[in-house]
Amino acid sequence: MTSTVESNRSDTGVSLRMTGISKSFGPVQALSDVSFNVRAGTVHALVGENGAGKSTLMKILAGVYRPDEGSIEIHDKPYTFDKPEQALAVGVSMIYQDLDLAEHLTVAENVFLGNEPVGVLPFTVDYHAMVNRTAELAGSFNFDIDPTAVVSDLSTGDCQVAAIIKALARKASIIVMDEPTSSLSETEVERLFEVVRRLRQSGISVVYISHRLEEIIGLADDVTVLRDGKVVHSESVTKLDIPQIVRYMVGRELTEFFPARDVKPGDIRVKIDNLSSDSRIEDVSFDIRSGEIVGMAGLVGAGRTEVARVIFGIDRKTSGSIVLDNEELSINSPADAISRGIAFLTEDRKRTGLCLGLACSWNVTIASLGLLGMKRIINPARENEIAADVGAQLSIKWLSPQAPVDSLSGGNQQKLLIARWLLAKSKFMIFDEPTRGIDVGAKKEVYSLLNRLAEEGKAILFISSELPELFGITDRIFVMRRGRLVGNLRTGETTQEEVMHLAAVEAN
Amino acid sequence: MGKFVRQLLPFGSLILIICTLSALKPDTFLTMDNFMNVLRRSSVNGIIAIGMTSIIISAGIDLSVGSMLALCGMVGAYAMIAIGGSDPQGGSFVIGTVLGIFVGVICGFLNGVLITKLKLQPFIVTLGSMSAFRGISYVMNNGQPYNVPGYKYLGEGIVLLWKTVEKTVVNTIDNTTTKEVLKILPPWGAVDNSMTGEGIEIVKHGIPISVIIFVVIVAIAGFLLKYSRLGRYTYAIGSNREAAFHAGVNVDRNLIYIYTFTGLLVGIAAMIATSRTVSAQPTAGIALELDIIAAVVIGGASLAGGRGTITGTIIGTLLISVLRNGCTLLGISTHIQLIVIGMIIILAVAVDQLAQTKTRELQA
Repeated sequence: MTSTVESNRSDTGVSLRMTGISKSFGPVQALSDVSFNVRAGTVHALVGENGAGKSTLMKILAGVYRPDEGSIEIHDKPYTFDKPEQALAVGVSMIYQDLDLAEHLTVAENVFLGNEPVGVLPFTVDYHAMVNRTAELAGSFNFDIDPTAVVSDLSTGDCQVAAIIKALARKASIIVMDEPTSSLSETEVERLFEVVRRLRQSGISVVYISHRLEEIIGLADDVTVLRDGKVVHSESVTKLDIPQIVRYMVGRELTEFFPARDVKPGDIRVKIDNLSSDSRIEDVSFDIRSGEIVGMAGLVGAGRTEVARVIFGIDRKTSGSIVLDNEELSINSPADAISRGIAFLTEDRKRTGLCLGLACSWNVTIASLGLLGMKRIINPARENEIAADVGAQLSIKWLSPQAPVDSLSGGNQQKLLIARWLLAKSKFMIFDEPTRGIDVGAKKEVYSLLNRLAEEGKAILFISSELPELFGITDRIFVMRRGRLVGNLRTGETTQEEVMHLAAVEAN
Repeated sequence: MGKFVRQLLPFGSLILIICTLSALKPDTFLTMDNFMNVLRRSSVNGIIAIGMTSIIISAGIDLSVGSMLALCGMVGAYAMIAIGGSDPQGGSFVIGTVLGIFVGVICGFLNGVLITKLKLQPFIVTLGSMSAFRGISYVMNNGQPYNVPGYKYLGEGIVLLWKTVEKTVVNTIDNTTTKEVLKILPPWGAVDNSMTGEGIEIVKHGIPISVIIFVVIVAIAGFLLKYSRLGRYTYAIGSNREAAFHAGVNVDRNLIYIYTFTGLLVGIAAMIATSRTVSAQPTAGIALELDIIAAVVIGGASLAGGRGTITGTIIGTLLISVLRNGCTLLGISTHIQLIVIGMIIILAVAVDQLAQTKTRELQA
């Protein structure tokens, strides 16, 4: 089944050769006999569902873990890494999702962190040289970035460029990028692709981990698919299409990726009028019917999350009204919003969603203890039952409801958070990027969950940066730009181009 | 499993220390009276540590408990003297006690409001209030204590279990004295003529009132933390304040409850401490907060929040008290005790850290 890539194309050398890698954690076999070869000057996509072993393989490459078996060759020289510094020294750089940059330092300081050019006096740092060399590096790859800018002022896209320059300053010949586009807007994604292509041109190998298969088709040269710790396929990307890759990833055909929708939207449930706030929301008005899923598109920073935050009582509204089931609500806090039947699944699961370290059941019931008849005193047995019940409904995979929520995969954590709002008997549910960073199978489950919630008559606002999923599941699409609602389109009567145009182009 | 290990370790050490001391000093350590004595000494620290546990679980800290203890005692004793004169009795004790406890409630409430409404770090707020409370305690009587000689009930009172009639026997050879128990009586046992005379006294044995208060508070707080919604929210806030807020938890109000509750417990502990020394000292409880935090941390709570139990804290408190008691019985100086306790704090946290890394590796 495995066809090795470099045998078909001997024109370029292999910069990375991982052979027969196995690794187990206790009883769990994370990787078994994995071979992974990357040609020099290519972009090699590494795909697989969460838990397939991508991160483990890359952590072995980076020297974080030691493999139980197998060998690593870089530019035809064998290496064994005991710690990350050794991998760095021979040109292997990792760019993690959270980027690992010191927020309060400048780009140049980050680039040379731990590796600063020494100034005239000992124990001093030559800032001038640092800035100049950063500018040089950026210039030689045509990256547009200010070396003296402080990282916390940069956009996510710029931070990524900074992280890449940092890798280049360490003479990286193999750069691993883990989900680099998960928090980028469409334009920033385009820019990142440009950056990656320039890296490839200058002979650097990029290992590109992503859940977004469209990106891989457009960007990568080769694809390796991992499933359950084994390589199931490795081939040039030109010979594959998305359905094929998905089939390799999940081991089955996802015929109907998006659930069939046959909900007839009912009466208007949610009516937002002239909503404005200090957080750049201006005069936003819309309505959502019961059983309707309405998407919200827009670039990062267009104010989509801010709309949700105002409705949910996190940010204060300066004017406007929120009407749910013909009743005008006055909402001053999330507690108010929840008690009136509004749910908000936030985009950052770890930061604003889960109480890590606490039990799954605790995380599920936290928003609805009062509603479940546990306003003052909690009945653990009953709580457990409720959690197990809703867990089964949503087929959440956990050892038990008492297991710490950290032990769940990303997809299951997301389903757990949806379960939280299910228990809270929400009537109006806002989902902010609910499929970010979860694998294909879990995404499909989230879509059918949304569909099911709509069938139950809930009004759903679905914020997403991925247009295909918006088009796959919604009835209507709102488009936000610079804090204003600039589009209210029927999904069946519009195109991705029209939505992008509204989101990105300033009207005169 | 991790939770079990975390509690097992301090508990195991506690048992180990008790066994060792019992073997070394069976006649002085392993007695009911000494046991009650250790509990009595633990009660003040233990009561405060219960409050500190809830604060630390919420990812906060309260450095002001030691000063608060002094302030509560001073106000309580001042009220007793102001009402009942220089040797107050009866009713003035009740009023003073209630007032002292109330001062604790106010102090805790104040800490909570400053932390939540001004959005300041608990460390900074309570560092400030630690200094302010201590200052007020000194100012109240120019640095002098208030003496309340009759205020003995909370500190010395016991629930009588049995009485013994003891005779002091002098060994004429080396001039040491030993006590010989002549008779054991039930609490209601009447004293007759055969039980009086030269060197004969009647000794009462029982459970100290302060220990009973401690046990009641442990039961209530343990229940609240485990089974009340407030307790649940305490863990949630400590684990991830933002997530708790987004899930509809009124974070500010719950934090104010937690700090006020701790203030209440400090007030109760302060009146027990005042009663034990029959005086309120403005210097009471200096560096007490460190002992308290140590007990909570040894008990397995995390200063990062979201983790900790009342059981763990009790074990931590007892561990420190038993160790102190044992060192004293063995004739080890208090200076050495400090070194030993310091090492145990670091060891406890190090072992806990190690256990956590191991479980995380297993999960990865």
